[in-house]
Amino acid sequence: MKHLLSDSIVITKRQILQLARIPELLVFSTIQPVMFVLLFRFVFGGSIQSSQPGGYVQLLMPGIFVQTVAFTLAATASGLAEDMKKGLIDRFRSLPISRGALVIGRTFGDALLNILVLTVMAAAGYAVGWRPTSGFIRISLGFLFLFSFGYALSWIGIYVGLVVKDARVVQNVGFLVTFPMTFLSNAFAPTTGMPRALQYVAEWNPVSSMVAACRQLFGLKNEFGATASSWPSQHPLETSLLYMIILMAIFVPLSVRKYANSSN
Amino acid sequence: MKTVSAEHLIKTYNKGEVRALDDLSIDVTEGTVLSVLGPNGAGKTTTVRILATLLKPDSGSAHVAGIDVIKHPDKVREVIGLSGQYAAVDETLTGWDNLVMFGRLYHLGKQQSINRANDLLERFSLTDSARRTIKTYSGGMRRRLDLAASLIVQPKVLFLDEPTTGLDPRGRMEMWGVIEELVTGGVTVLLTTQYLEEADQLADEIAVIDHGKVIARGTSDVLKRQVGGERLEITVENSEVEKVQEIVARISAHATHIEGRTVSAPVSTGSTALIEALRALDEVSIHPLDIGLKRPSLDDVFLSLTGHVAEEAVIEPVKRKRGGKG
Repeated sequence: MKHLLSDSIVITKRQILQLARIPELLVFSTIQPVMFVLLFRFVFGGSIQSSQPGGYVQLLMPGIFVQTVAFTLAATASGLAEDMKKGLIDRFRSLPISRGALVIGRTFGDALLNILVLTVMAAAGYAVGWRPTSGFIRISLGFLFLFSFGYALSWIGIYVGLVVKDARVVQNVGFLVTFPMTFLSNAFAPTTGMPRALQYVAEWNPVSSMVAACRQLFGLKNEFGATASSWPSQHPLETSLLYMIILMAIFVPLSVRKYANSSN
Repeated sequence: MKTVSAEHLIKTYNKGEVRALDDLSIDVTEGTVLSVLGPNGAGKTTTVRILATLLKPDSGSAHVAGIDVIKHPDKVREVIGLSGQYAAVDETLTGWDNLVMFGRLYHLGKQQSINRANDLLERFSLTDSARRTIKTYSGGMRRRLDLAASLIVQPKVLFLDEPTTGLDPRGRMEMWGVIEELVTGGVTVLLTTQYLEEADQLADEIAVIDHGKVIARGTSDVLKRQVGGERLEITVENSEVEKVQEIVARISAHATHIEGRTVSAPVSTGSTALIEALRALDEVSIHPLDIGLKRPSLDDVFLSLTGHVAEEAVIEPVKRKRGGKG
């Protein structure tokens, strides 16, 4: 146990080294979110009306931020599954390293990548007119929320990776979960346009809470909340925090146990 | 002293439907090489995975360097090296990156990890490609690097799971040289192989396994003797076959056998029979194309023990179910 942290850091460093050795990986993992910013800003931005000062892009950016960190789930899962397929996990497990270091190291690595991706996206957002107005501390807090949400989701990713095992299947499962999760929310369009049943789903969707929380922290009123009478839409900060805590409380022990037992 | 011992290992998959190991017992004497020989699915990989702490048996016990594999896997991991069937190194990193990383995971200091990486790269003739990603390596280079990674802390016991499967003949020869060198250095080795030639070349002792059981064990000589003694074999021009048959019949007490231009018969007097045959041939001025005493190959051993030929040519598919094979 005494080596848990140092072993985890070695595993994290490995992920950073991979990016250094294959810079294309880095380029492509940042191009995609930037592309989303540009597409949504210029394709939808022109036709979706917003009373928000500064227009649709102010509402859009928190949505895309949340969507992008949600993809961490698939990234973590497929990275882990890939390592298992190639026998790399067997090699690690035959070494005298701390249990858990391998999965913890990977979540750290994906979290670091998220910092970079969020930075690039914020710059892209700024370039197309995004201007948060709430001041340094609240903006930083917004990014801390995004970062933490990504970290919580990467623990689901660990579990999915360990259970599904095949990197290509994992990729598909990841997108099957994250796409509906991010679109069935207030991220890109008002939930008021959805059928009544979906509105409830959207309101209780953790992604909606996260988006609403970020909008609030970046200095906007949450225009896309539907009926706005439900508890999550009135307390987005608290709801988001609660969701993150619940996710971690379930998936951290579940994943660690699954990893420890994967020898049987 | 037995450095590796496993007693009555049983491992089943799919709720008992597949019996990968069926009461398998095996041991390796300190400083020797045991080759576990068997066809695909015989239980070779399962045995190695259990001994290397990657898999728990349903029942039975196993000790490596005196440490209980099931009770103290962490301690076992400190004294073993494992080199798998599929080069388990990070392909996206360079050879140097990989070795330094593994050094750090063995809790060597930073400088120590770097020094060890450089030493090992040098020793395995990989210094020139140290800074290239593994993706650019040939199969043989990959295996060498994988082996190097398992030697970072000079293990007491080295497990090599099919170290040359999928390598071309040159890669295989290189790998054999490397393994022989290690054995000279005193490490205890358990290696699995489906190549009879490889077991013959590298092992002090061979355990033949099939359907999760050891069906025979001993030195290569002992196993070959189990199948039968030596044969005198002489190959000559077609026109001379008849004369040669007469000569062989005089030397051997058994029936002679003719296949094409080769005459053969079992002999019990070893080299004496060979000298006799050469003299007799010289007297009648026949110069054989080939003459020798042939002992049964391990192929013959395997065939007579299992009733089927070892599946030498089969290269196992890369996609495998975790723990589900071997």
